[in-house]
Amino acid sequence: MINSFLGFKPDRSLYPKTNAEGKLEIDLSSHQYTKLWLGPNHPGVTGNMAMELTLNGDEIVEGKTHVGYLHRGFEKLIERRLFVQGFPTSIRMCVAEPDTNEYLIAACTEELSGYDKQVPEMAKWLRMLSLEMARLQGLLRGVPGQAGTFSLGIGVQWGTYLRDLILDRFEELTGARVYHMYIIPGGVRGLLPDGFKDRMEDNLKEIDQFIIKIRKLIFNNAVFKTRAVGLGVITPKMVDQYGIVGTNARAAGVKRDVRKDNPYLFYDLLDFDPPTATEGDVYARTWVRWQELIQTVDLIRQIMAKMPEKGEIRAQMPNVLNWRIPQGETYVKLESGRGEYGLYYVTDGSDKPRRVNLRGPSYTHGIALLEDMLVNTNIADVHALMVSLQVCPPEIER
Amino acid sequence: MNIKDIFTPFTVWSSVLKDPVTIKNPIGREAAPRYRGFHYNDINACIGCGTCEAICENQAIDLVPVEGIVTKSGDSGLRPMVDYGRCCWCALCVDICTTASLRLTNAYTWVDTDPDNFRFIPGVDKKDWDEVQLGWRKPEPNYSFYGLHRQHMGELHAEDRKSSFIEFVQGYSKEQAQQEADRCVSCGICVATCPAHMGIPEYIKAIRNDDMEEGMRILYETNPLPEICGRICTHKCEDVCSIGHHGDPLSIRWLKRYIADQIPTDVNTYQDILGTGNLAKNGKKIAIVGSGPSGLSAAHYLALLGYSITVFEKLPAAGGMMRYGIPEYRLPYDQIDKDINYIASLGVEFKYNITVGKDITLDQLSKDFDAVFSGTGLHLGRSTRIPGSDNENVYQSVDLLRDIVTGKPVPVMPKVVVIGGGNVAMDITRSMARLQMEKYGKVDVLATSLEDEDFMPADREEIVEAREEGCTIVPGYGPQEVVLENGKLKGLKVWKCLSIFDENKAFNPKFDSAQERIFEADMVIESIGQGMDLSYLTEEIKSKIEFNNRGRIVVDADYQAKGLPWLFVGGDIIEGPDVIHGIANGHRAAMGIDRFLNG
Repeated sequence: MINSFLGFKPDRSLYPKTNAEGKLEIDLSSHQYTKLWLGPNHPGVTGNMAMELTLNGDEIVEGKTHVGYLHRGFEKLIERRLFVQGFPTSIRMCVAEPDTNEYLIAACTEELSGYDKQVPEMAKWLRMLSLEMARLQGLLRGVPGQAGTFSLGIGVQWGTYLRDLILDRFEELTGARVYHMYIIPGGVRGLLPDGFKDRMEDNLKEIDQFIIKIRKLIFNNAVFKTRAVGLGVITPKMVDQYGIVGTNARAAGVKRDVRKDNPYLFYDLLDFDPPTATEGDVYARTWVRWQELIQTVDLIRQIMAKMPEKGEIRAQMPNVLNWRIPQGETYVKLESGRGEYGLYYVTDGSDKPRRVNLRGPSYTHGIALLEDMLVNTNIADVHALMVSLQVCPPEIER
Repeated sequence: MNIKDIFTPFTVWSSVLKDPVTIKNPIGREAAPRYRGFHYNDINACIGCGTCEAICENQAIDLVPVEGIVTKSGDSGLRPMVDYGRCCWCALCVDICTTASLRLTNAYTWVDTDPDNFRFIPGVDKKDWDEVQLGWRKPEPNYSFYGLHRQHMGELHAEDRKSSFIEFVQGYSKEQAQQEADRCVSCGICVATCPAHMGIPEYIKAIRNDDMEEGMRILYETNPLPEICGRICTHKCEDVCSIGHHGDPLSIRWLKRYIADQIPTDVNTYQDILGTGNLAKNGKKIAIVGSGPSGLSAAHYLALLGYSITVFEKLPAAGGMMRYGIPEYRLPYDQIDKDINYIASLGVEFKYNITVGKDITLDQLSKDFDAVFSGTGLHLGRSTRIPGSDNENVYQSVDLLRDIVTGKPVPVMPKVVVIGGGNVAMDITRSMARLQMEKYGKVDVLATSLEDEDFMPADREEIVEAREEGCTIVPGYGPQEVVLENGKLKGLKVWKCLSIFDENKAFNPKFDSAQERIFEADMVIESIGQGMDLSYLTEEIKSKIEFNNRGRIVVDADYQAKGLPWLFVGGDIIEGPDVIHGIANGHRAAMGIDRFLNG
């Protein structure tokens, strides 16, 4: 910040030099460069992941991402369990939005077993409600969290309080606050409790206030603007080059949203238009997410208004202990808060899946893209970059 | 950037005067009514079926013995122990619980210094939250991890079936059988209750896998009469089926019939599937008296062990009560023959029309054979001995049922009253209804029993089907007198039965003479149970063996008669009466004979 304030811009053409093979010539013994490991355990890193930074002063000349600190073999654990036993394990694959994993497991098993048409209407609305609530609680943490990476903590505290209110609603709907285990193959595990919609509306009103306050706090903030504008720019060309999805792509002007492009559940019945921006920098991404926060609140209101009052919550499925799914494979995707989130699922006619493979956006955003974006930034910008790309290491490693 | 961007963020200072949102005492906060907290199990409702253990993805649940819980029919005696080092509180165990005894309370704080305490038996180890009623329970309704309703079994309509002796239960199609088999949770509670301990979950699994040959092999491990048992077994297994606690129990009997029905009648196919084509003989000979279920079962398993078997049967065909007691509409003769022909194909020799004790003595058998198994059954009718019961138009159900099979003329009169509420009473009631239809074109049969309808010993379906066929069932009355007029039978006088057993649980019915009814009748059939005919036992044999206070021969666990090592006894004269007990103790006697002869 000070550098840019003083108008100083380093001349990256001078160092480090590239050799004949096009690789950077970094000689650590020259004392011109410093190797710094950021993570795997660091309060600014979302999850356990390491960045191996080569610094010149406090500027990054080369960055490498290292994963492998979180691998728990969830895909393999699911492959060794009955179909119905998959969803409590799957939620651990992404703590930030566990419901998306539940939905994917359910949708894959239903599609391959031919029960997808029998999932009750009520269950589909409730699935959509829980998925949007998950997006909302993620945004309540993510939007102010972006300012938090620049040491602006007050918004994070407001967001944490409001997120807790949504977790209260999750608790009464699903029986748990974080790991909901609500969407089950065939449907969901409970109807809305009495008075749920009123309590949710009260919470949404508080969030409406928060949305206004956070705009004043973050987007009309000299410090935030100085730090975020121009940082980590994603160009539309990069979107296809790297496979960038979700708000990261939308902030670069590429309007992609699975809810619109390949509608699932009843998203085609909802009235919404995914927000976009063109700048593609950290500020634009945060701005798009802030608009998405407004939109998610609206979507929850729409869902609660349009969903039926009563209905079946689960289709009559085969006995879960004897359930065998015929040979087949599928890829089911949804729009998570971080972008397209998909599950490749293979069955072989037995009572367990043959292969379960999760395709999360963090793999692209957190490994390939982040590595390239780190170059020419400042150490203090690393966390801002990582958070702005919504990197979720547990989802990279499963 | 403009000057507004410098000052706008300071608007957050407006929050300074607001109350904090922090909960002051988060430990005391009550969780949501549906919260998935700590486990509680109603151990009196729990039957230890172990489905919670089967579905637990973390293997956090173990079924363990619990002091004070006794293993009994329908209850494994085990209860779930939860390991909170493994549990993820997904509550799948609650959702699948067959008795809905297991639930999660909304309690969620537990501080303890001993890590071992976090492995506990809910409902047995006392916890602070045991009385907490809120928390996660099995979602209701229409939310089930297995089918709650059994597949409908096709039957001939009552109007069609009552005019013929054709089998009216049509059997399951493949699709029906597989859907019914899918409901099974493989808990095995039924296995312990089945007298023959059949591998029920295993053969149901074979149906799911559409592997009838494997199913057949499993059936024959414990039961050599699957066609018969698949039709008329008293299905004690279904009475204890864990699914039956909150749904229809599995149609275990019909599934067994489905497997047997899929195998062609040809005995060579049976031998190929069961691998019994070339049985080596061990040179020892066994005589079997009576060809009922126990005799056939013993003959089958002894033949597999290489013994040469000769079965002595008093009547002209094998099957005992299965052929001569159970009506054809429930158990067709070709299905009896199918099972028996296979047993005969193993080299078992049948000698018909030979009455042991008359045509050949038991002593002679003991000399000619290495051991003798006797399963002579209960073929003597019991009389109520009420006034008038000696009238010529008072009959015994067992005699009539036997006469129907052997083709002897059976008296069929316009008005018939049957005394008795068991399955044999229903058999004669419905058989007489068919004969009346044949002769008079209408049904007028009334059956009356001491027991109230809820306690009638007959299977519920027998009572329902009898009524559908036009029979009248009047439970709760005790016969007092056969009403005669000038020596001609006019009816049956009954009094309302108040109680059947006295304080000492002895049979001592009490009646209310004020509630008297007279059922008009031309003939009365007594069907209040059967007695055994042990006249083939000589005085010398009787002096060597022991009898219990019910007059039954005392046998050991191998069904070996106490005091006479070469004599083994089984079937209805020892246990039952029913087919599956006969099959079970015939099998055990076969093992006992093998131990006796080979050490």
